Parts: sequence; structure tokens; C-alpha cells
Amino acid sequence: MLIFELFVQGLVQGSIYALIAVGLTLVYGLLRILHVAHAGLFTLGGYCGVLITNETGSLTLALLGAMMLVGIVGMGIYKLCYQPILSHPPFVALIASIGLFIAMEELYRLAFGPYGISFNQPPLQTSVNFLGMHLKLAEIITMLGAALLIGALALLSARTRIGVAWRATVTMPEIAESFGINIEQVRYINFFVGSALAAAAGVMVAVLNNLVEPTMGSVPSYKALAIIVLGGLGDVRGTLIAALALGVIEAYGTIYLGHLLDRDAIAFAFLIIVLMIRPQGLFGRAIS
Amino acid sequence: MSIDFGAYEMTLLTTIGIGVTVALSLNLITGFCGQISLGHAAFYGTGAYCAALLTKSGVPFVLALLAGGALAAGVGIIVGLTSLRVRHDFLAITTMGVSFLFVGVVRQQEFLGGEMGVSSIPDHGFGKLGFMLFALAIALAVAVFSIYLKRTWMGYAFDSIADDEDTARTVGIDVGQYKLTAFALGTAIAGIAGGLYAHQVRFISPDSFGFIESITILSMVVIGGIGSVGGIIVAAVVLTMLPQWFQFIEDYKLLLYGGLLFAMMRFSPGGLAALTNKLLKRFAARART
Repeated sequence: MLIFELFVQGLVQGSIYALIAVGLTLVYGLLRILHVAHAGLFTLGGYCGVLITNETGSLTLALLGAMMLVGIVGMGIYKLCYQPILSHPPFVALIASIGLFIAMEELYRLAFGPYGISFNQPPLQTSVNFLGMHLKLAEIITMLGAALLIGALALLSARTRIGVAWRATVTMPEIAESFGINIEQVRYINFFVGSALAAAAGVMVAVLNNLVEPTMGSVPSYKALAIIVLGGLGDVRGTLIAALALGVIEAYGTIYLGHLLDRDAIAFAFLIIVLMIRPQGLFGRAIS
Repeated sequence: MSIDFGAYEMTLLTTIGIGVTVALSLNLITGFCGQISLGHAAFYGTGAYCAALLTKSGVPFVLALLAGGALAAGVGIIVGLTSLRVRHDFLAITTMGVSFLFVGVVRQQEFLGGEMGVSSIPDHGFGKLGFMLFALAIALAVAVFSIYLKRTWMGYAFDSIADDEDTARTVGIDVGQYKLTAFALGTAIAGIAGGLYAHQVRFISPDSFGFIESITILSMVVIGGIGSVGGIIVAAVVLTMLPQWFQFIEDYKLLLYGGLLFAMMRFSPGGLAALTNKLLKRFAARART
């Protein structure tokens, strides 16, 4: 049963990757910015989740609070950091974003200490018997929660006016604008939604590990970049598949390749191989 | 005022020499040829490991240094091949991947010391003063080479590729070959700098060559002004000395790096060089009126 258990562990990890990477790919699709600081928002979400839960005792409230708060911070980052440098070549925003991310991590370390913080009473730790496997309730909630949130996002983009405006802006910004779509507004919503999803992932990781630490975003940050490149930059569906696939590949790879590469290197080895064969990503369309 | 030129100052100057060398080596790739690299520490590390293991098995220091540079260049050409396939953002992510891959692979290899790294690296035999002069001489040589390169045909070709690759190709510049040359030159110099570093501190571990180190090198180039040799030297010197001068800043060192990197891109994407030019022009304009 090890093979099956690894698969499920991979899916849990993949769900977290998916929640982080969707926000990143949304930002890339709209602005062509590699938003590294996105993972700083993921970490912030984790801190909000633990702090609010410890204060109020309600994890639900903490999840919603973290998503709201981090969503707003995400919009602030767009306004203060990216909007003024959109006209520069893309590496300018990329390097600014890396700088911002490093500064954010350091701020968390200085504010909350280097060893991280935990829940007073760790929630959702009950063990559940599922198809003969022992899973923590938190792991099941993570998978379901991620599916639910991303499903809601899909519905939002397919069925609502905001969703239509967003898709129109991604495909043809000038024409969308000439049809009266407020592009700035679309960008703010984009940052709000993407950041809120990252915050949800942060809260989930906090519950899974019962720990948030300043550097918890480092590895996901760069891995999420690998994922969105694999998914074909800006392509939400490709990103989801790549996220889940990477989670599963890592789960097996840690067991079978662990003596050659460490866990975090697997993602990048996979990435480099894929890019050399298909420079437009696994699911991206070739641009002629 | 007398300056007490003790062991501490010599170590500091050596560190500066190595910092300037490695920053200028990245500038050849990112500044001159326009190929962004977020994984430069991997080549610095390749040189460091190669040189360290060679001197440990009895090879003379200078020879080991050159071998480190050669191996780094070999790896650099392989990584450079990716720049023929992918560009801009994709290249940034790929080179970032190289940085993680390097640390991830080195960590798991017994003969490279794994997590524990390589310790008790032999003495270089130059003495503290001699080693300092050696490191500074290499930094100076790389700076002179950079300025010279800028004025050669190859420098112009690099410039055209950095500016607009497709146009460069239409006027008959062999883009691929020049990109690989830039990678080979830059990574070879980074490898030599790595060998110097390994013999200065005499202990290396995978963590010394991770992504943060890559970003530190990149921040010297970016803060100095991408492509500007003078600006980068100033930035490398200042960024190496700041934490040394203000010991209390050690805890805030990364915050400072991150903040500076961000602020520089946000307010002056051309770095110190562009900032100075702007100020000079403003003074000149004021002087005229």
C-alpha cells in the first residue's frame, strides 16, 4: 500500500502547490510579472491563521480573516510595487519582487522570532481511517478545501461579469478597455483573489505542520515558479495539473531518488528537462 | 591618522576582491550579454568545490584554481545551452533551478562531503598579505578585461544581443555562439573566485552557494547598475563592507539586501550608475543656468 499512500501524500502537497501557483499564474497572465513575493503572502497567511486561531479559538474565522487581510495586502503590493514599474523590462519587476520577498521574510523573522509559532491547541489532528490508510483530518480538509476554492474560482471566471472582464483583459487588454472594462479594477481583483488563495494555502500548511516559520515560503515560492512555467505561463488549467503532478512526483522521488537529489531539487530537475524539450511548458501553446 | 593595517583589514580586502571578481563575472553574462542568471552561485560553488578537493589531494593551489575555473566554465556552457532554448523570464526560472539543483545534488554526494561540506582545506601558501594582493590583482584584471571587452567587436555583439536578440540575428550576428561565450567567460571567472573563497575561509558547505548567495551576487550587479563596471565595483565594495563596518547590522543584513534591491528597482532600475548620471546631469544643468 506504500505506493497508494505516497500518491495521496503527493496529492495533499500538490493541493498546496496548486493554491499558491494559481495566484502566481493569474498575475503572470495579466501583467507578465514573475511575482516571487507571492510566497511572502502565503507565509503571511500562515501567521494570520495561527494568530487569529489562538486569539479567537475559531479556525474558520482565522481562514476567512487571513484570506481577507492577505488579499488586501496583495492589492497594496500591486499598487505600491508593481504598478509604477510596469513599463520597464520584465527583469526589473522580477528582481524587485525577489528583493521584496527577502525583505518580507526578514520582517516576519524580526517580528515573530526565528523559530516560528504554533497553535495553542492544534486543530484537525484527529486520525481518520480512509480506504485502509490513516490520514489526518487536516490532510483531507486540505485536499477538499483546495478543490473547493479552485472550483469556486473556475465558476467565478466562467459565470460572472467580473470573470468575463478578467478573461477579456488577459486575452486582449486594449480591446477589453475599449469595451469599457476598467483594467485597473481587474488587476486589483486579480491580486486580491490570488493573494487570498495563497493565504488559504498558508493556513492549511500551518495546520498540517502545526508550525509557521519565517522561511516557510522560500521553497514553495521558487517551486511555484517552476510549476507555472511547467503549466505554460498564465495557463490556469496547466498550472493545476503541473502542481498535482509535481506533488506526486516529489512524493515518489523522495523515496526512490533521495540518494541522488534532495526533495527540493527534484522539481527543478524536472523543470529543466521539460523546458529543454518543450520551451513553452508542458501545456503551453507554442508561440511561433 | 594612521591606519592599522592588520590581519582583519587584509581579510576584509581579500573578501572585497573576491566579491568584486564574482560580481563582475556575472556582469559579463547579465550586464553585457543581457542573459539574466539567478544561479550564479552554482558556478562560484563549482569552482570552490573543485579547487578545494584538488588542493586537498595535493595539487598546487594555482593549478587547482585554474581547474576550478575550467570546470565551472564547462558547467557554465551546459547551462548556457539553455539560454539558446529559453529567454527572459523562462531563462530566469531555469537558472534559478540550476541554483537549487546544485545545492540539492551536492548535499547528497558523499565524496563532496554532503551536508557537512569540505573542511580543513590546505593553506594557499601565499601568506595573508600575498593572498590579499593576489585576490585584488585578479579583481583588477577582471575589471580591466571587462572594460577592454566592451570596446571589442565581441563587446558590441554582446551589446546588440542584450538590446534586441532578433535584430542582432538579422544583421548576421551568431547569437548562440556569443551567448555561450559570455556564459563560458563569466562562469570561468566565477569558478576562479570560488577557488579563492574556498582557500580563504578553508571550509565550504552547500549552503554557502545557495539561492540567497546567487541573489547577493545579482544584487551587487543590479544595485551597481547592470552593465556598468564602475557602478558594480562600488556596489560590491559597499555591500561587502557594510555588514563588516556595522556589526550590529548583521541581524538586518538580509533585510537591507532585500530592501535595497527592491528600492533600487522601484526607483532607479538603472542602479547606482544611472542614479549618478542623473544627479550629474542635474548639477550640470544647474551650473549652466
